[in-house]
Amino acid sequence: MKPVLLSAYTMTSCLGHGLAPTRAAFRAAASGLAPCHFGAVDLETWVGEIAGLDDITLPHALARFDCRNNRASELALAQDGFSAAVAQSAARHGARRAGVFIGTSTAGILQTELAYRRRDPASGALPPDFDYRRTHNTYSAAEYVRARLALAGPCAAISTACSSSAKAFASAARMLEADMIDMAVVGGVDTLCLTTLCGFDSLQLLSRAPCRPYDIERDGISIGESAAFFLLERAPREGSIALLGAGESSDAHHMSAPHPEGAGARRSMEVALASAGLVPETIDYVNLHGTGTPSNDAAEDIAVHALFGDAVPVNSTKGMTGHTLGAAGAVEAIVSVIAIEEGRVPGSAGTRTVDPALRARYEVHGSARNIARVLSNSFGFGGSNCSLVFGRVDGIDR
Amino acid sequence: MSLAARVEGVGLIGPGLAGWPRARDVLCGRAAYAPSPTSIPAPEALPAVERRRAGKCVRIALAAGLEAVAAAGREPRDMGAVFTSSTGDGENVHAICEMLASNDRLISPTRFHNSVHNAPAGYWGIATGSRRSADSLAAFDASFGAGVVEAMSRIAACPDEAVLIIAYDAPYPEPLNATRPIPDAFAVALALASTRAASCGATITLETGAGAADVLDDPQLERLRRAIPAARSLPLLRLLAQERNGEATLDYLEGLSLTLRRS
Repeated sequence: MKPVLLSAYTMTSCLGHGLAPTRAAFRAAASGLAPCHFGAVDLETWVGEIAGLDDITLPHALARFDCRNNRASELALAQDGFSAAVAQSAARHGARRAGVFIGTSTAGILQTELAYRRRDPASGALPPDFDYRRTHNTYSAAEYVRARLALAGPCAAISTACSSSAKAFASAARMLEADMIDMAVVGGVDTLCLTTLCGFDSLQLLSRAPCRPYDIERDGISIGESAAFFLLERAPREGSIALLGAGESSDAHHMSAPHPEGAGARRSMEVALASAGLVPETIDYVNLHGTGTPSNDAAEDIAVHALFGDAVPVNSTKGMTGHTLGAAGAVEAIVSVIAIEEGRVPGSAGTRTVDPALRARYEVHGSARNIARVLSNSFGFGGSNCSLVFGRVDGIDR
Repeated sequence: MSLAARVEGVGLIGPGLAGWPRARDVLCGRAAYAPSPTSIPAPEALPAVERRRAGKCVRIALAAGLEAVAAAGREPRDMGAVFTSSTGDGENVHAICEMLASNDRLISPTRFHNSVHNAPAGYWGIATGSRRSADSLAAFDASFGAGVVEAMSRIAACPDEAVLIIAYDAPYPEPLNATRPIPDAFAVALALASTRAASCGATITLETGAGAADVLDDPQLERLRRAIPAARSLPLLRLLAQERNGEATLDYLEGLSLTLRRS
């Protein structure tokens, strides 16, 4: 594929609002996870909560979109000059040539969970203030961003569980290549809700401690929440950081368990490398999906080791952010870009003793390094896999 | 610029529209439309365990998809897939929300993994063995249009890979039905390939515009078109059924419509 310019980006998570605290946390391998007190859920687990969401107000004209998920978007879009960059770009290209592709797994379903506690005792009806379309519906996550940024081109929510926002990049890149659009806002937004907390608990996939990716004692995920956005345009200049390749695949194996040999994971990485015109040796760092469940890390390790051997540093940053589910692809795109900008492999918070059964070159500690290209993995339920390659445009060995 | 593809096969299941051959007769005026509740075939392609777990959306999406792929004479494992739905599995989400509102929050693992919007895409992979990319989109009433835009861009960017669009919707039970009334289940699938890679089928080109969507002459079909997001596809399906060259304009996003020209 043709490289796609990352003109602007921003991320808000448990590590802080915007890029400055995010960068600082990555440098320090600081974790934003804390014991879960969300929604009075009685679960022994840790979560990565965005601070201050309860105080966020949406603009009056969009008040009906009010829910935790759209508040996260509202907060994130205001950081790092992102909205201004989008407005400038839209003035140049025209709002109708601006696509919006947002990954989310649960959008504002928390609003429905809460509304089900306030049903009319006689009729069973949901309360009149409940706005299904603008909160619960999966598309609400994309519709809010499109409306908030006053964009008018193609738009969709992409909802493939934990690969959602990685796949948003792939969609946008194709539409740029097909000349359907001249610019795209892509990203991921997922926020805490009982469906995912209780759901992952039912699968016994929640860690009781802060998650420990690749650790010999790893016992599951810590759920995080985040909103992360990118502005994509064509024709990156030499030296700029771009999306170089994207690969997608399906496991065709099981709804909630990864293929045990990581066959789908390997395929998505291979397709991503091929689409970037790169061989594995040209990748300087692999940001793993690395959820910290025994099965994900084992399967992903087989696939990563098969392609990269023990030559390329790899690790997971979910010990810092938690697993932000549908937002994870966009969050880890930010990790990838910052790693390239700063020339630094981030550390793996939470990991103490790397499981000796895992064979890829897992880096527990952060280190300075010349990083021209990063491959980032995102895998989801339903066997949905997506790998993205980011890199400097002048550093491509073809 | 316009994007082009050939429609190699169609699958359709909706109220009174059981399969493309029958629906084609209705849409081109050879047979009268007789509404009846949507009848969804059992998902024989799934292994027994998954067959028991599969909800209505999974079953109708698989049935329509397999019909289109068979008509195209292709193997599902050779095709990328673009799933798109306004709502996903409403019965499942209702059951989860009821449980979470009670004091017993122990939802079943199967309910949880079936709650993901891409459940039909996941079951599709299990049923067909396809390891190709499967997208899963949502754009409220514009969901079918979003699937068309995605699939046509996919074909433009990777002309060697045929792509299957599967758009589906199914009703919510109450109380969600009152906030999002969808009267019955409906799924449409189009097997598309680039003009270079296709072996059969009419060529369609896609342009976005601002014109109003075509309406259907039969008031009951028109009601269906308006009531179910996946049925926003009906003007295109009518054009394909009539086997004539011309245009169909479909609802897409607010202020945007899609015009598909058949040639």
